[in-house]
Amino acid sequence: MTSTTRTLKVEGLRKLVEELRARGFTVIAPTVRDGAIVNAPIESIDQLPRGVGDQQDAAHYRLTERADGAYFGYAAGAQSMKPVLFPAEELLWRGKRDAAGAFTVQPASNEGGPYALLGVRGCDLKAIHIHDAVLTSRGFSDAHYAARRAGALLISVTCGSPAGTCFCASVGTGPRPSEGYDLSLTEVIKGSSHTFVVAVGTERGAEIMDALGASTASEAEMAAADDIAKDAALNMGRELNTDGLKYLMYANAESSHWDDVASRCLSCTNCTLVCPTCFCTSVEDVSDLTGQEASRHRVWDSCFSEDFSYIHGGSVRESPRSRYRQWITHKLASWEDQFGMTGCVGCGRCITWCPVGIDITAEAAALRGTPSKARK
Amino acid sequence: MTSTVSRSGAVAADPMVPRTFTLLSTHADTRDTFTLELEPTDGVRLEFRAGQFTMLSAFGIGEVPISISGSPIEDGPLIHTIRSVGGVSNAIVTSAPGTQLGVRGPFGTSWDVTDAKGGDVVIITGGIGLAPLRPAILELLAERDQYNRVVLLYGARTPEDILFGDEMRKWADRLGMTVEVTVDNGPHGWKGRVGFVTQLISRASFDPAQTIALVCGPEVMMRASANELRQRGVPAGKIRLSMERNMKCGIGLCGHCQLREHFICADGPILTYEVLAPLMQKWEL
Repeated sequence: MTSTTRTLKVEGLRKLVEELRARGFTVIAPTVRDGAIVNAPIESIDQLPRGVGDQQDAAHYRLTERADGAYFGYAAGAQSMKPVLFPAEELLWRGKRDAAGAFTVQPASNEGGPYALLGVRGCDLKAIHIHDAVLTSRGFSDAHYAARRAGALLISVTCGSPAGTCFCASVGTGPRPSEGYDLSLTEVIKGSSHTFVVAVGTERGAEIMDALGASTASEAEMAAADDIAKDAALNMGRELNTDGLKYLMYANAESSHWDDVASRCLSCTNCTLVCPTCFCTSVEDVSDLTGQEASRHRVWDSCFSEDFSYIHGGSVRESPRSRYRQWITHKLASWEDQFGMTGCVGCGRCITWCPVGIDITAEAAALRGTPSKARK
Repeated sequence: MTSTVSRSGAVAADPMVPRTFTLLSTHADTRDTFTLELEPTDGVRLEFRAGQFTMLSAFGIGEVPISISGSPIEDGPLIHTIRSVGGVSNAIVTSAPGTQLGVRGPFGTSWDVTDAKGGDVVIITGGIGLAPLRPAILELLAERDQYNRVVLLYGARTPEDILFGDEMRKWADRLGMTVEVTVDNGPHGWKGRVGFVTQLISRASFDPAQTIALVCGPEVMMRASANELRQRGVPAGKIRLSMERNMKCGIGLCGHCQLREHFICADGPILTYEVLAPLMQKWEL
């Protein structure tokens, strides 16, 4: 269900953040830190990266200045909302051995939240829904993710200025999300007019708009938002041809192209750490010196490490060649068999943050035998 | 309606949190393999199907996937047979009786040996691979008259490494099972067979058209066994293999055990050769 599209002025956006905080939400939104867009808790819209843009390409990320004072004038930041809902380290339980040797296990509870995620890009919004499928829709669920996710409010934003590594348009996740949000903002700046056209996705979202007294969007305002999404879709720096991608990947399991990628890949795991859908984890046990107290933590892991596939006798995937193949095949092919959807949302982070600029769209195109559409 | 949400950090029952079991006894089967009996501290028996595994923890050390080697149909403690090959497995097998260990599970698919009723069962395994097959063997021997020929082909590195030797003798002598044992290296005085277990398949007595084959061992051995079975005419869909992969969760969430589209912990560990053949033929998949 949806209701009428609304508009907010800049002051309305300010009130939105105040309203969310008043309702008990921790508001997580883009901020600037260490020369990058980083999601963090905010108390006011003054902490948003106003007037900041970005420039991204393979192995390249720089913030730029924008003259228009846009609040959301940049593309995918260094991380998606993954670290909020699915932290890199999570305590699973603590345990204690008593004098008689009995071990008591105390499950961990979630700290923080509930979270209102503000400024979620279409790619990252889709990634949250992919994580819902991966982590909560099968035989067993990630209890901590499920608890955090159940309380989360999702406020997405249309990407008006896609970056050189963006390809959401070709995988259908953006630049303007079509579903899966409570509220979806499109920032429209024309001369001195600065508004946010707000599509309403849920009852909960509508109720917040009512509380703020947000006015109904005019035809002209909605048309302006449509134009921003249309223009952005035409300005993607990259493209991924998804036609028969699963069969392409499966059929190329023994391609010599993997040696070519392996000659460049450092197995550094950056791509998996910035990927909003990568969900692989390991567990680490910690104990005190006496061994009477112990705890177990779930930590992000990466299929690029040699240990990842270790069984007695050696690793299943010893060569970097097989590890890159595993990652891209999982992302673009086996994910489909596992979850009925692709594992790639087109955010381009794996391209931007790869220290040697390996490009998932270019590697897929190479397997297909076609030139890649990288802009540069 | 208000959208204020609960601040409670409560997390629903988490499958990553282990139950505690008390170690009753440890029996040395071979120089590096031990059978442990475990009793749940909450008194609730762990029900399982033959071929399933648990995630077994030495608290503060770590957790590993271990097949259950006890009987799925008789009451009694949880039984695990473990080869000490790493830090965690070593900590588990050297735990003193009375130590509490963590157990999650059971997880994974079953041998479903009862599908073979009315026909033959061929079991091909080696080394510690017999441990996950023992529940299936006990299950079928409990209803021995329901099956036609039951054949166990077992390989060990040396005679010293033969697991459950006395029990295999009992299965052969008293319970109507054909048991063939071979070793890779036989010392002077060894009167049994020397060679790979896969070499026993071509001569074994079973009707390929009416056979279900259960195979557990290193991947290269399982691939060779499956090829031999196929040559004898056993359909790929009736050859069941138990796959080993790195596992950190046992419940399809950690991603470590993936074999292309399969989560070995949840879709397996037991899968048919029909499913596995194309995947096992690709190096490092």
